[in-house]
Amino acid sequence: MASPTLTSTPHPAAEPTPPGASRAKDRGMDRGFRYLSIASGVLILLVLAAVAAFLVVRALPALKAGDAISQDVGWIGAGQSLWTVIGPLVFGTVLAAIAALAMAVPVAIGIALFISHYAPRRLANGLGYLVDLLAAIPSVVYGLWGVMVLAPVLQPVWDFLVRWLGWIPLFAGDSNGNASNPPRVLLTAALVLAVMILPIITAVSREVFLQTPRLHEEAALALGATRWELVRMAVLPFARSGIVSAAMLGLGRALGETMAVLMVLSPGMLYSFKLLVASQQQTIAANIAAKFADANAMGVSALIATGLALFVITLVVNMAARAIVARRKDFSGAN
Amino acid sequence: MSQRIDAKDLNIYYGSFLAVAGVNMSIAPRSVTALIGPSGCGKSTFLRTLNRMHEVIPGARVQGTVEIDGVDLYGAGVDPVAVRRQVGMVFQRPNPFPTMSIAENVLAGVRLNNKRINKSDANELVEASLRGANLWNEVKDRLDRPGSGLSGGQQQRLCIARAIAVRPQVLLMDEPCSALDPISTLAVEDLIAELKSEYTIVIVTHNMQQAARVSDRTGFFNLEATGKPGRLIEIDETATIFSSPREQATEDYISGRFG
Repeated sequence: MASPTLTSTPHPAAEPTPPGASRAKDRGMDRGFRYLSIASGVLILLVLAAVAAFLVVRALPALKAGDAISQDVGWIGAGQSLWTVIGPLVFGTVLAAIAALAMAVPVAIGIALFISHYAPRRLANGLGYLVDLLAAIPSVVYGLWGVMVLAPVLQPVWDFLVRWLGWIPLFAGDSNGNASNPPRVLLTAALVLAVMILPIITAVSREVFLQTPRLHEEAALALGATRWELVRMAVLPFARSGIVSAAMLGLGRALGETMAVLMVLSPGMLYSFKLLVASQQQTIAANIAAKFADANAMGVSALIATGLALFVITLVVNMAARAIVARRKDFSGAN
Repeated sequence: MSQRIDAKDLNIYYGSFLAVAGVNMSIAPRSVTALIGPSGCGKSTFLRTLNRMHEVIPGARVQGTVEIDGVDLYGAGVDPVAVRRQVGMVFQRPNPFPTMSIAENVLAGVRLNNKRINKSDANELVEASLRGANLWNEVKDRLDRPGSGLSGGQQQRLCIARAIAVRPQVLLMDEPCSALDPISTLAVEDLIAELKSEYTIVIVTHNMQQAARVSDRTGFFNLEATGKPGRLIEIDETATIFSSPREQATEDYISGRFG
């Protein structure tokens, strides 16, 4: 005989609705939610496709114009085609973004580690909040700050770099062997970009570091790991893919950032690695912003073609990042 | 290599909460000591004071002394990192480093202790440690594969291999078999019996049969009520504890009357 606590005769008053009705309602909710999420997913694809289609369609006139384009578009020199300007622009954009990333990522990881594993909890909270605040500053303010405050401060630093590290092509000086003055150079712009992308990289890295399984941290500690060894053995390996994602988010912003570069950088159209000399490089986004206001029809088309190039760069960067993360999937700790 | 452990008047706190009170315990070298007791009685907490892992938790602290061969682990100037390098630990859930291969996992502790180890020494140590953990034959063909690809029981033996690779003086095990199936449990228990000849082992277990099978001495922890500190009720030869314990509470616990 079954125990009385396990047999349950349904109490008539306890069931205001028959079980079938609530089931059907649940199913309706379930279906509704599924459609909603599918629709959201499709919408993303549609928006992406629409942007790509817009860029391609509007860029076509410039892409087909060939050498004749220089007659219509003032900033493309005589006899040059669109490709001879897209090349340096892509080069400048990528160079600025990489320089910004190279400066921002180590600092961001350092701050994130300090917040997640070193700082006392109260200090960590305050510091995290402070870093998040950096993200709230408009980019035009960063641009102003870069020109008015940062540039004068950096001038002696850049001079120093040229004098002592000038043998490295990146830090080579101008024809007189000096850093440009005022320092409206790519490295200044990249430094402003680095400050701008610092919050997002820090925030994402910090969250990933905090997710490190307690189990793995204790495993490292029990083997006699110091705090830094704990970070190296348990935290960083676990967080590697997260750090790559964070860096890619930052890179995305650095590639597309307009105002700060426009205000800080003195543009040029060269394939030049000289980070400390003015009028060498220009980025796509800043170029579009600078030229769009007084562009004619063909000029707009040419600018949109450069925008298409930026779109492609971003796609390639994202795919590359995913490939990097996927390559060591077996060891990721997600299995 | 293995050494004796003496805990004297040990009070263990989480913040202001006294979790374990007044533990006095002596553990002989090259023996297995099992700690049993109901959940929440402080046996794992006590175990974690033996390699200063307790203080990893914010606010956790200890009063009293724990001596390993006469050296107080909590004395002034003793580095907890150095303590943990001498006292190995195996956890409840297997925790190999997921980003490391099987061989790298075994060498993880060694790489911390002395950074440089040449390749042939490393290979020898990996083999010796994995053999010591009865895992060599199962993994020798895939040493470069991730440790997280092994079964739970294999992962736990990998963790034991990692712990013994640094030649610790003492090996602590915190319910090492609670996440394992009976066959893996048997493998780990056999391993404990073998490791006893070289290491001083302290094992926390919820499984009284296991305590009876693997240990020389058994300590029983209990707490009077929730919110009261846990205490070491008695510790004696395992055979004595399971046949004629001195305390009524021990008798009640091992005969399954509570807990």
